[in-house]
Amino acid sequence: MDWQYFLEILFSGFTRGSIYALIALGYTMVYGIIELINFAHGEIYMIGAFTAFIVAGILGTMGFPVSAILIIAALVAVLWCVAYGYTLEKVAYKPLRGQSRLAPLISAIGMSIFLQNYVQLAQTAEFLRFPIRMPRIEFLSVFGGILRSSDFVILVTSAVIMTALSLFIRYTKLGKAMRATAQNRKMAMLLGIDADKIISLTFIIGSGLAALGGTLIATHTMQVGFGIGFMAGMKAFTAAVLGGIGSIPGAMLGGLVLGIAESLTTGYFSGDYEDVLAFALLALILIFRPSGILGKAKVQKV
Amino acid sequence: MFLTPKRIFRSVLISIWFMVLVFPIMGIRIVRRVPEYYLDRVLAVGVVIFFLSLLWAWYFEVYKERGETKGIFSKIGTTCSEFSQKITNEESIQRKIVLVTLLFFVAFPLFSSMYQTTIFSLAFLYVMLALGLNIVVGIAGQLVLGYAAFYAIGAYSYALINQFFGLGFWICLPIAGIITIFAGLLLAFPVLRLRGDYLAIVTLGFGEIVRLLLINWSSFTRGSQGISNIPRPGFFGIELSPAETTMYIYYLCLLAAILTIIIVARLKNSRIGLALQALREDEIAGEAMGIDLRKTKLAAFALGSCWAGFAGVLFAARNSYINPTSFTFMDSAMILSMVVLGGMGSIVGVTLAALVLAIMPEYLRAFSEYRMLIFGLLMVAMMIFRPQGIIPPAKRKYYPTALENAEKK
Amino acid sequence: MHNDKKPVLEVKSLAKNFGGLRALNDVDMYILPKEIVALIGPNGAGKTTFFNCVTGIYVPTEGEVWAGREGQELKKINGIAPHTITSFGLARTFQNIRLFSSMTVLENVMIGRHTRTHAGIISAVIRDKKSRIEEQETIDRAYTLLQEVGLEKHWNEEACNLPYGAQRKLEIARALATDPFLLFLDEPAAGMNPHETVELKELVLRLRDKFNLSILLIEHDMGMVMSLSDRIYVMEYGTRIAYGTPEEVRHDPQVIRAYLGEEENA
Repeated sequence: MDWQYFLEILFSGFTRGSIYALIALGYTMVYGIIELINFAHGEIYMIGAFTAFIVAGILGTMGFPVSAILIIAALVAVLWCVAYGYTLEKVAYKPLRGQSRLAPLISAIGMSIFLQNYVQLAQTAEFLRFPIRMPRIEFLSVFGGILRSSDFVILVTSAVIMTALSLFIRYTKLGKAMRATAQNRKMAMLLGIDADKIISLTFIIGSGLAALGGTLIATHTMQVGFGIGFMAGMKAFTAAVLGGIGSIPGAMLGGLVLGIAESLTTGYFSGDYEDVLAFALLALILIFRPSGILGKAKVQKV
Repeated sequence: MFLTPKRIFRSVLISIWFMVLVFPIMGIRIVRRVPEYYLDRVLAVGVVIFFLSLLWAWYFEVYKERGETKGIFSKIGTTCSEFSQKITNEESIQRKIVLVTLLFFVAFPLFSSMYQTTIFSLAFLYVMLALGLNIVVGIAGQLVLGYAAFYAIGAYSYALINQFFGLGFWICLPIAGIITIFAGLLLAFPVLRLRGDYLAIVTLGFGEIVRLLLINWSSFTRGSQGISNIPRPGFFGIELSPAETTMYIYYLCLLAAILTIIIVARLKNSRIGLALQALREDEIAGEAMGIDLRKTKLAAFALGSCWAGFAGVLFAARNSYINPTSFTFMDSAMILSMVVLGGMGSIVGVTLAALVLAIMPEYLRAFSEYRMLIFGLLMVAMMIFRPQGIIPPAKRKYYPTALENAEKK
Repeated sequence: MHNDKKPVLEVKSLAKNFGGLRALNDVDMYILPKEIVALIGPNGAGKTTFFNCVTGIYVPTEGEVWAGREGQELKKINGIAPHTITSFGLARTFQNIRLFSSMTVLENVMIGRHTRTHAGIISAVIRDKKSRIEEQETIDRAYTLLQEVGLEKHWNEEACNLPYGAQRKLEIARALATDPFLLFLDEPAAGMNPHETVELKELVLRLRDKFNLSILLIEHDMGMVMSLSDRIYVMEYGTRIAYGTPEEVRHDPQVIRAYLGEEENA
């Protein structure tokens, strides 16, 4: 067995998986609180990548150092996507609370289609090349090229962010309020938690994470396009379901499992059916174990 | 007084918020590594949002507060609902409208160009597709997002059976119908118990799997190259000129659309249709009332997919060339938006919406580019302002004998 | 154990677990033809779970449920799908009203006829004479049932627009449309005023006689339970703690402690 090749594939799986996990967190948190599949979440990720691309493009002409450009681009992307996510919720979902389940779902699909076409019309239908490359990180050479610098940055960033998020959810007052709202919104409201605020917060955090994922992936694959959100969104959703929708550690685990599974299929079989794998996996989990790896089964009240 | 300084100020703030929001995506483009700025577009967004936010505030803070029975919107709304009621239940009106529209569509190819005829035949296919999806989404309440997959399966069934076995259109039509029914059941069996949102995403996945298979299994489907030279339907063995063929296909599609309308309308009002609506409202109560959930839902999926299959065969025959790009998620979304816009469960509404949405982009070229953008926005707006659709489903009239007798006395 | 008559429902040591929680434990019950039996107990005693197990919405963990029309052999029905149980002749209403809310009152009752009618897809499309006659029969039958419960004036309204008490009656009419021999009523008087409750009591008695029904009801209104039922079963914590005639149950020390006693103190 070729260990070098195997490790390369494994790490590339980890990289992909962390990105999926970052996006999946947004799905899972929103679902946990308002039981809605936010179909437009993938588009937020795409807008994040595009915003980073635009910022990097402007700063690139001004001669900023590469690492500064990357950090600023990521910050701007996160900031803007947070605003997008917040607005999205206020415009497309909040007026629909209390309606049948189908209504917010259709609204979400509509929003996803709208955002995709909005970016396509405002920017371009073609793929664009990301202007800057991740700077080489010297000490990674000891791994003999198994780990590229963009892989390394993605892994470290997502690990830090996810740890921070877990701590936030676990120990801060707002985090506790979020968990309470997810468990029982009515009860939480009776206890004086402002559910609207918590829902907004959920969208804000989710969108921020997606934007970060978008920026990171743009520096990794070196290209952006208006259509990348759809596939990424689907896969991240698969990851969220795989781990158990509504569960935050589940989303992280699901992301990694899916990323590695995909990487292994591509590495040892063929890349043609990589997307089919994700969809088939999604269908199988939903049908046979809809609660996912870490989720809890729900009993329907009659 | 609606236009208080406070409201105006708030709208200005909202408009500034949106200008900031769209600034990077709409205001800047990087063309060959050089940034170009489009501040006019951002400003235009600001102006539009300013007025929209005033309208929004007016709708939610004034109009809705006043009660929904007054005002221009509810008048239009009620008129649409009444139209739907009348055309469904009052036979004299129904007959008149049907006669006029039928005459128009039958005569249409005689006074219009070949190009327009082909556009209309495609619109009829969309009527079929939208009504087929209406069975599943509107009547049965199952949100299916990968409907174009069945359309694709129908089209490819015809194309491939013809390529490999040389069978003609009329034999392939029922075969393709059966194949798509099987595909529908294949999808339906495992997802019967899934909740609405999970069902949506599994069907979306199904649609993508079918499309990816069509692209990647190139030894069988010829991949993204597609299949060409698909024969047109035969006409009693007579050779037709291109113009005649176009007309022939137009009438075929028209006939198919009319049949679809009749059949779906009858299904909706039947015992099965009622059972489907009951399951849409409450699955547990429906089962407790003796409805076989499995059988009834399977029937809905089979019927819905079968219709897409027929439309697919007609599509392949009409174009004589197919490739996977005609069957993407955006196509599914377009069919769905026809159903949502027309009014889920409404035969009249969905038919009209399908015709209008399919024809409009062809005549308003400027609109064509923004088509999906507008469809997406419309889906959101419909859910917020009129979730029952522009022409909501009509309530059927019943005639209990006891009541009739009492009235006679 | 039971008089000379054969029961229409026999439940033998029924149990139901939810994960680690035992919601029902070893519950026995029988119901005789044309009998009105009440199932009472504090909130969370497992009464609705019992209903759900017998009507097939939940699959019981242990135990057996046997049912059959008067004069026929009993059949084992536990583990069978709810719609099959309904077509076998058991019908129910729901505690938290579950009407088909955007359909009309008449349509709601028509749905109840589903298991007793046969028109399929083909006959729906061609609308042959047989299916049209069947449909008219369904409409008429539904209308008659609405007359029975006194809702015929509202027949063409949407179900969700009915007042609360009328919705409960509509649920009963809908259940009756399935031609049951055994009717399960889950808190039929909940939310009704005293006047409506008396009306409901009379309605239940009339329907029992007219349609030859055996009735099992869950109810918290003690006045109604005591005056209406032939026998009463009392549950607490998923277990049957007493049963017998209203008189017997009223004086059962365990019942007084567990249930009636609580009420007197309150």
